[in-house]
Amino acid sequence: MSVPTVATGDRAAAATGAVPAATGSRPSIGALWLALGAVPDPEVPVVSVVELGIVRGIEWDAADPATLTVAVTPTYSGCPATELITTSIREALAAAGVARIRMETRLSPPWTTDWMAPEARRKLRDFGIAPPDGQRSPAVAARVDVAGISPLRRTAVAVACPRCGSLETKLLSQFGSTACKAQYRCLDCLEPFDYFKPH
Amino acid sequence: MTRDEQLFQYLLRLGDSPLILAQRLGEWVGRGPVLEEDIAQTNVGLDLLGQARLWLSYAGEVEARFAAAGRDEDALAFLRDGGEFRNLLLVEQPNGSYAETTARQFLFDTWHLLLLRALAGSSDPGIAGIAAKGAKEAAYHVERSGDWVIRLGDGTEASRARMQAAIDDLWTYTGEMFVLDATELVLVDAGIAADVRTLAAPWRRHVDAVLAEATLQVPAGTFMQRGGKEGVHTEHLGHLLAEMQFLQRAYPGARW
Repeated sequence: MSVPTVATGDRAAAATGAVPAATGSRPSIGALWLALGAVPDPEVPVVSVVELGIVRGIEWDAADPATLTVAVTPTYSGCPATELITTSIREALAAAGVARIRMETRLSPPWTTDWMAPEARRKLRDFGIAPPDGQRSPAVAARVDVAGISPLRRTAVAVACPRCGSLETKLLSQFGSTACKAQYRCLDCLEPFDYFKPH
Repeated sequence: MTRDEQLFQYLLRLGDSPLILAQRLGEWVGRGPVLEEDIAQTNVGLDLLGQARLWLSYAGEVEARFAAAGRDEDALAFLRDGGEFRNLLLVEQPNGSYAETTARQFLFDTWHLLLLRALAGSSDPGIAGIAAKGAKEAAYHVERSGDWVIRLGDGTEASRARMQAAIDDLWTYTGEMFVLDATELVLVDAGIAADVRTLAAPWRRHVDAVLAEATLQVPAGTFMQRGGKEGVHTEHLGHLLAEMQFLQRAYPGARW
């Protein structure tokens, strides 16, 4: 398996909205980041594939100036949305004027929720999904970390309810509607909710 | 065997165990004891299937270096016979009751996480990349299956008896997880493969801790089955493959 090293395109330009002038007839890298920023994640449509950190870099091919290399990383190895995401990225880039696209899967470094943009975390919460910043809670840990003598077990985290903000919540299952989410229930407002697991 | 042939064999071992276990977990779809567990089993199965695809795709790339053509992930999964599979005997054991499925998962997950963490330091960048990714997923698997061992073990009289029986039944299939053969030894020396012998002690520490919390006994039996790595399987694998491979065998080349 090759581990390609593609220079990262100008993500900062995309974030600030500063779009460099296009070279010839082909669109600028900044404009393409903006186009990719409009591609929603199929499972969590309020955030884009760029905000989730799935698109790792875009770069014009040195040998063929009409080919754009796109490096993507899967969130989970078996995420069934991966193929749909790839298709959506191709469509968005084609619509933005890219003639040829080469997709590269990049596994290293592995995807982490640390790459999720702050704005995406707010959008998730507004959508009803607790973002992946559960905090270590000594009280909770003491209650459930029964086999903590083993280094393999994780310390329990306190996850805030995205609806009422309460920290009195309970893990129902480590696996929710998708592999990236756990199921929780709020003990104050009694609503169930998804928690985007730290990864 | 050349280095590439050894690497190919090793990648089959890495890919076949998650592939076969994913197929077993798939048998639970729509039959879970509660909705949350039905979903969880499927999600764990998907993670394992995704990892198996990465390992087998890589195996095919390596095979192309010494054979006329490398097989792709589908050919390796659907067109090999039982004797060519290199998975652990543990993962091909039938689902049985929920206690048996849970015991199988717990014994495997603990080993799997330790293995993937070790392989994340492999000198082979392809192996290290897949392993580092898989280890993050396996950490959640370990947590869940251990929780269920505790819940069922430290549960009712009936659930405890079933959980204990399941651990006892499957114990004999855990020995081969820590056996290193000649092929692996060469790759361990090259810094490519993990030395599974070193995983036995941390594996036992976690298993002992969870079983103690679950009020269960560590089985006393010491006789261990082996053969999976060499393609000598229990009678269950053939039946599993008959179902998993049916479509591609009956309609070769069929696509979605």
